[in-house]
Amino acid sequence: MTPLFGNGPAPQTRIFIALIVSVAMIFVDHKLNAFEPAKVYLNSLVSPILYVANLPQKMFNWSSESLTSRQNLIEENAKLRAQHLLLSEKVQRMAFLERENDRLRALLDSPLRQDMRKMIAEVMSVESNPNSHQVVINRGALNGVYEGQAVLDENGIVGQVVNVGSLTSRVLLITDHTHAIPVRVARNAVRSIASGTGRIDRLELNFVPHSADIQVGDLLMSSGLGNKYPEGYPVAEVTQVSFNESLPFAQIVARPIAHLDRIRYLLLLWPPSSEHQPEAVSENPNKEDADSIPPKSQEKINP
Amino acid sequence: MRGFFLIGLTLLFALTLAITPMPSIIESYRPDWILLVLVYWCIALPHRVNVGTAWFCGFLLDILLGSVLGTHAFMLAFVAYICSANYLTIRNFSSWQQSLIIALVTAFYHLVDYWLQHFLTTAYFMPELLWPVLSNAFVWTFVFYGLRKYRRTFRIR
Repeated sequence: MTPLFGNGPAPQTRIFIALIVSVAMIFVDHKLNAFEPAKVYLNSLVSPILYVANLPQKMFNWSSESLTSRQNLIEENAKLRAQHLLLSEKVQRMAFLERENDRLRALLDSPLRQDMRKMIAEVMSVESNPNSHQVVINRGALNGVYEGQAVLDENGIVGQVVNVGSLTSRVLLITDHTHAIPVRVARNAVRSIASGTGRIDRLELNFVPHSADIQVGDLLMSSGLGNKYPEGYPVAEVTQVSFNESLPFAQIVARPIAHLDRIRYLLLLWPPSSEHQPEAVSENPNKEDADSIPPKSQEKINP
Repeated sequence: MRGFFLIGLTLLFALTLAITPMPSIIESYRPDWILLVLVYWCIALPHRVNVGTAWFCGFLLDILLGSVLGTHAFMLAFVAYICSANYLTIRNFSSWQQSLIIALVTAFYHLVDYWLQHFLTTAYFMPELLWPVLSNAFVWTFVFYGLRKYRRTFRIR
């Protein structure tokens, strides 16, 4: 039955309360970051919706994968085998160099570099806030993901984890305009900070003096100075340098090495010193398609 | 109780549509499904769906989109207030007049969204932001008749 006179508070009172609560919430979340502990539960609460929204894309992928012709699969297999052979050779060489490096570091009494634990994650195809560059991945607190964790793909650094749910987490990309990453030029170890611009193919170096030796084509590596990102992973390539003396600093533009607009599989890193550790990935029985990751994908590559 | 569940189902479906990926060509024309569904329920059953429901949906949308908590809640609560305060007027409009109202409300929604984003971070205004004004006005007729059919079939009151 529709009541002639509505019950409960008047609409004006309701909108007043709603607006006050919203503004308070925006302030507490944005300025004080006080919702961080609650966000794990909030994100877990909505993760079923994320998984449902991911379904259409998953179905498309599944059908395109199961309809691939035999010829294509054979070709792809051959290509991957060749790539695997080349990479294995590099790993053998790398093991040798790593041992040598450890020996030399021991001679210099420097601390040894330790290996990092890794886990493969998949990007879920769900939309995010159009004003910021974020992706959602299918690993969460149950897998040992923690806030501030570094995320890579096969080419270079992609971003860091900003929100963790129990089964999903949200990764902020390095090109977001609220993100900055400490970098080092690979050629001559000039240090700088690369901040995002809000464009997916553009990073800018801040506060570089005109005298700095940076050229077009220089590779920028993570310097590890912020203690967020591990040292020595490729971040970006310098594409544009202009030393305009009328401006206080040099204008340097770089392009991220990772193809941020077409990422699908990502690598999560656990530094050896961190108190967080990856949990074994328990295989979900309803995920038997080709993209699911077997538990042994989380492995330690030892020299 | 049954009506509550059935209304919640449409809102949940709208939330899912809001984050389902779309081809990049039509990406910027994505209608704000949750806004349309909320406006429909606000003018059809204002004693059931109004500011509180809209606020909660906006809160869920904030978590889903990873935006600052409270922004979409703020805007959707305001839109729900406008619609539930004028539900008798809007109900009696013809279809194209309702579309016009929806276009106005959507423009308001996206401008407040931009304003909040600009205030909180450093978002820049892009005219593409306002494409949903047209797509919402266009989709509204279908949403309206679809949801009316749904409401009458299941006798939600």
